[in-house]
Amino acid sequence: MIFAIQINSSPYHSNGGHAAYAFVAAALAQGHQIFRVFFYHDGIYHALRYTTPPDDEADPTARWSQLAAHHNLDLVVCISAAQRRGLLCADEAQHQGKLDNDVADGFRISGLGQWVEATLVAERLVIFG
Amino acid sequence: MKSYLFIISKPPHSGIYVQESLDIILTTAAFEQAVSLLFLDDGVFNLKNRQNPNASGLKDTAAIFDALALYDVNALYIESESLQERGLSPDALCLPTQAICRNQLSQFIGQFSVLVTQ
Repeated sequence: MIFAIQINSSPYHSNGGHAAYAFVAAALAQGHQIFRVFFYHDGIYHALRYTTPPDDEADPTARWSQLAAHHNLDLVVCISAAQRRGLLCADEAQHQGKLDNDVADGFRISGLGQWVEATLVAERLVIFG
Repeated sequence: MKSYLFIISKPPHSGIYVQESLDIILTTAAFEQAVSLLFLDDGVFNLKNRQNPNASGLKDTAAIFDALALYDVNALYIESESLQERGLSPDALCLPTQAICRNQLSQFIGQFSVLVTQ
């Protein structure tokens, strides 16, 4: 089956992101297709490049980056939700007269049209809050 | 084309949630999909008339709901019990809605191909 995934909560606000990761990993292991993972609302905090949790804790952002690298996952962060919260890619930061590239490896920033496309292509949309 | 049902269950000004939900609703409508909205629980407060959030420095999200008609989003549904439990009647709302009873919800929701909760 083809899934679209939406994540609405930040890594430390709820276990939504953790459940989403487990779901995606299990679905891939069983041969299903994940068309796209879309990070919206506070879910965009998963894409922060400089998250630095203690060594003895899980690193949610790094886990997504690794999963994306292994499975060629499309991790898309909503641009308006991201910019509102201070998460800018290098191009956009420069465009806005700001510095830095805040987006972790494997994530990309794009618009809500990507969400619509994902829901049109996928047979199921699964939302994690 | 798919049929989308967006369930609005959070009250206005609960963080940025409602505003961002409206963004995704308007984008879906702009892609010419069939969009319906269901107001549930505290979400019914979004349609309360005579809101004046600007006085508190907040954005008037009721006005954005008002603009839905421009995107051909006219299918607005509201759960009757959610209104009653909050002491509201349909004439206290800023937009016309179609009432649905709680015991009909499951069947109602089942007719849509994409269900989006907050």
